[in-house]
Amino acid sequence: MLESEFMRLALGAGAVVGLLAPAVGFFLVQRRQSLVGDGIGHVAFAGVAAGILLDVAPVLTALVAAVLGGIAIEVLRSRGGAAADQALALVFYTGIALGVVLISAAGALNVDLFQYLFGSILTVTRADLAVIAGLGAIGIATVGLLYRPLAGIAIDEEGARVAGVPIGALNVATAALAAVTVALAMRVVGILLVAALMVLPVSAASRIAWSMRSTFLLSMAVGLGSALVGLAVSYYADLPPGGTIVLVAAGTFVACSLARVLSGRD
Amino acid sequence: MSLAAVLDGVSFGYRPGQRVLEDVQLELGEGEFVAVAGPNGGGKTTLVRILLGLERPSEGSALLYGEPAHRFSRRKTLGYLAQRSVAGGDAPVTVREVVSAGRLAAGGLLGPLRRRDRELVGDAIERVGLAAHADLPLRTLSGGMQQRAFIAKALAGEPALLVLDEPTTGVDAESQESLAGLLDTLHSDLGVTIVYVSHEFGAVEHFVQRLVLVRRTIVFDGSPDDLPGVWHDPSHVHARE
Repeated sequence: MLESEFMRLALGAGAVVGLLAPAVGFFLVQRRQSLVGDGIGHVAFAGVAAGILLDVAPVLTALVAAVLGGIAIEVLRSRGGAAADQALALVFYTGIALGVVLISAAGALNVDLFQYLFGSILTVTRADLAVIAGLGAIGIATVGLLYRPLAGIAIDEEGARVAGVPIGALNVATAALAAVTVALAMRVVGILLVAALMVLPVSAASRIAWSMRSTFLLSMAVGLGSALVGLAVSYYADLPPGGTIVLVAAGTFVACSLARVLSGRD
Repeated sequence: MSLAAVLDGVSFGYRPGQRVLEDVQLELGEGEFVAVAGPNGGGKTTLVRILLGLERPSEGSALLYGEPAHRFSRRKTLGYLAQRSVAGGDAPVTVREVVSAGRLAAGGLLGPLRRRDRELVGDAIERVGLAAHADLPLRTLSGGMQQRAFIAKALAGEPALLVLDEPTTGVDAESQESLAGLLDTLHSDLGVTIVYVSHEFGAVEHFVQRLVLVRRTIVFDGSPDDLPGVWHDPSHVHARE
């Protein structure tokens, strides 16, 4: 497997995204915003379509759309209540609808679209890997720097707000991090499955961890393991890599849940 | 006595025409231990949210240490224990992690906690009697112990004003009394101004100097000793000497 360059590049990209996606997803899950990653993915799809239509690198336009969409979702969410819930649905579905219309206008409503919807990790080039590794490293370093305030807000948002912690700025930073993650993970598991890689490793880790920090670190380990094992399985069993990676993460969640039950913690 | 908070003619509604609070007049002195009580839906939580600057009054003014509450510049001197039953999401959170979150505003946002912050966290955990449970997940502790952890979180920020909103929800009567005793000790040892909000005040009425009853407006403000007998909470029987 490792003698093929395309697999070495795929494993490199998978490793970066496998670490970054749960690291960012951890804070969304703790604040019960697991579907925000999915929503940003919908908006990123419109960005991909705009890139194909304008003949600009779709990953770049997806990144811009995801960041703008992520911030818009955060602003709407912060208003709270039923109106905010409906506004989020509006953003999600407008993103998908806009994507379909733009991509149809570009005459690309064909197999090319599949690489963005379901991932295309086996076509990652050295230049792609450089971009994924660079942005991934910045993302992970930012999460490390902001770990304490983001964890503190997850524990007690209202108490932090009263004490003057800049909740709004930290929420926007989280949304921007989620958007970068979606844009990078798009090549690995595709827009439709990106949220799974942000949520499933965290859910798995929280079944067996003993503290918030151990959950965070274990979820990154599960994400990394799922990406590498999923790629290896897909190589030898000739399966689609994106779906296989997510199925490995889902299987890990089931295994961790069983381990919890067998250990008598439930 | 210097004033920690002043509500002057405060009225408030969450939508036009609604009146959750009506012409509230309240002064809290520095170092006071005050219980704010009243029926559910009577406006207690709204009152403390205005007092802390989380909501702006529709009419009247709210001041914290002489500044408009919504623009108060020394927020890290405020401790707030919101109504709650669990912390965070699905991940297990230890007592030490909860209390460490209390150093966010005072200890700086970025990077790991400094040595002094870690010492203050340890002191706060010890003060509420949870030293032996510091590294256990919160969800494995009783409701009363969980509330102690959140009180320690508020204390770790070294607050001048500590507001606790329904801190005894879901906690048995014995633990309520124990929490009230802890707050009394903190008040006398640290001189913190404490506002204790609850729909039942039986657990604290023999500790507080002042009781404020809220039912859209303030219907009683004085010593618990002056409260008409029928208003006392019968669920708590104290040997008041």
